[in-house]
Amino acid sequence: MKKTYSAIAFAAAFSLLTGCASNKNTDASNAAVVEPTVESTQSSTNTVVIDTTFYFEFDSADLTTAARSALMLHAEQLASNPRSIRLEGHADERGSREYNMALGERRANAVRDLLVLQGVNASSIETVSYGEEQAAEQGSSEMVWSKNRRVELK
Amino acid sequence: MIKKLPSAVIKNLIVVVTLSLVALQASANLFIEINRGNNNPTPIAIVPFAGANGLLEDIQAIVSDDLVRSGFFDSIPKADMLAFPKSQAEVVYRDWKMLGASFLLVGELTNLGDKYSVRYQLFDVLAQKPILNATVSGGSNGLRDIAHAISDAVYEKLTGIRGIFSTKMLYVQDLKRPSASRYRLVYADVDGARPRVLLSGSQPILSPSWSADGKRITYVSFETTRPAIYIMELATGRKTQMTNFKGLNGAPSFSPDGSRLALVLSKDGSPDIYVLDIASRALTRVTSDQYIDTEPNWSTDGNSVIFTSNRGGSVQIYQVNLQNGRPERLTFEGDYNARPRVSPDGKSLVMVHRSNGVFHIASQDIASGNMRILTETYLDESPSIAPNGAMLLYATQHNKRGVLGAVSMDAGVKFRLPSTEGDVREPAWAPYF
Repeated sequence: MKKTYSAIAFAAAFSLLTGCASNKNTDASNAAVVEPTVESTQSSTNTVVIDTTFYFEFDSADLTTAARSALMLHAEQLASNPRSIRLEGHADERGSREYNMALGERRANAVRDLLVLQGVNASSIETVSYGEEQAAEQGSSEMVWSKNRRVELK
Repeated sequence: MIKKLPSAVIKNLIVVVTLSLVALQASANLFIEINRGNNNPTPIAIVPFAGANGLLEDIQAIVSDDLVRSGFFDSIPKADMLAFPKSQAEVVYRDWKMLGASFLLVGELTNLGDKYSVRYQLFDVLAQKPILNATVSGGSNGLRDIAHAISDAVYEKLTGIRGIFSTKMLYVQDLKRPSASRYRLVYADVDGARPRVLLSGSQPILSPSWSADGKRITYVSFETTRPAIYIMELATGRKTQMTNFKGLNGAPSFSPDGSRLALVLSKDGSPDIYVLDIASRALTRVTSDQYIDTEPNWSTDGNSVIFTSNRGGSVQIYQVNLQNGRPERLTFEGDYNARPRVSPDGKSLVMVHRSNGVFHIASQDIASGNMRILTETYLDESPSIAPNGAMLLYATQHNKRGVLGAVSMDAGVKFRLPSTEGDVREPAWAPYF
């Protein structure tokens, strides 16, 4: 319960950053009141889903804004509830296979580095690259390639 | 030895090919001028072999397919033949001249119980004389070997180039669906026949390559859920895991003397080239930088390693001398040149080359630096040169499937190999055994 709560609290706080900054003081002083509210949010939506797949541009290991946002949430969750994770890096089918192996590793390392920067214990993270060997989707279009250039957090 | 030679001598690859073939012809009493790829294939009549009717393999068809695929020959259809002579006494040269045949191959198979023996003769139709007379024999399950041996002999007699029809290859097959044998490492004849699965598993297998003596292979497998480098002894099937480092363990390549592997590890941060002594397991680091260095391949003298790196801002091919560690950039055309393989004579490289966003196989004469694009198929990768240096196998896509293609080094001959189930890729052409 605690695990889920903290993730939800963080997600809620994250969404507050854009719209309801004025509620911050209320949250702090009336924590006991706020908690049940969050709990009820949880039961109505069942779970808060944070992306576990992060996408990249061609021949790039730079994290996108969306990936960064999701990884901040993961870092928070992992800080409160440490567990071992595996980051699997992938590339699209273009280019040579072993170069893509290296590219997949670069991507997994970029995700790892951000998590570690956010306080996640480096020794709890395993990275492995599959290069272009395990495509998420089959085909040869930019749409398919963009789905295959990814890191999966497991 | 790969080094810069005075480029004034050689202006382009076509000239190099022509010169070397002229030299070969001069030394071997050859019959065919090879300087135009398949623009002008030589007609040859391959007569069905006497006594070979009803066998499990059609020897005439195998020899014909071999020679036609080489690009140097046209095979005269059986239906056009006026007679099926089996020896010189039965040959009427005028008939074959009328059919336009420059050469004529006849033969006779004898069943010796536990084996077959084929005596065959090759004739120069215009000169009206036999130019090759030989016998080949093999076990009852070796009819394809007999046929390929005949193809090799005819091809070498007429071109001066050693044949590759009896050689083998490795490739990776991916059934593209979850299965305990989804990924397979396959050993087959170079025409795709007689495939044998050496290894299979639910996890990826990649980067197969051969030792120079053809007795061992090395490859990468994820069978431990992480990449690791293995060596397999072909005679026994015995596997030895050679590396298990944190991070990448990839792109293994046997040194020419078979004592070492060049490989890629990222255990010290970024992907770098290392050399592993197979007997002692001693590891020597060859490159150390923050860039991607990968896909090492040895120079023919074993003194340097050629590899892919993005150190210059784009992906290009470099050569590093193992004595002094000094790297030299080899490719300059285009913004992506990767996965180099050195030709058996050490004079040229083949690689994956991207131009206008399209990936093709290209060759480059090392001395002059001249590059030539050899393929025009889709998403071409993993070139592997034949041991006679005349042709290469590569992986490409056709009808949304991974298939193997072949192209002659002068780009004149192109064909696809019969594809099997799933995707096939990463062909590795075996050396001569």
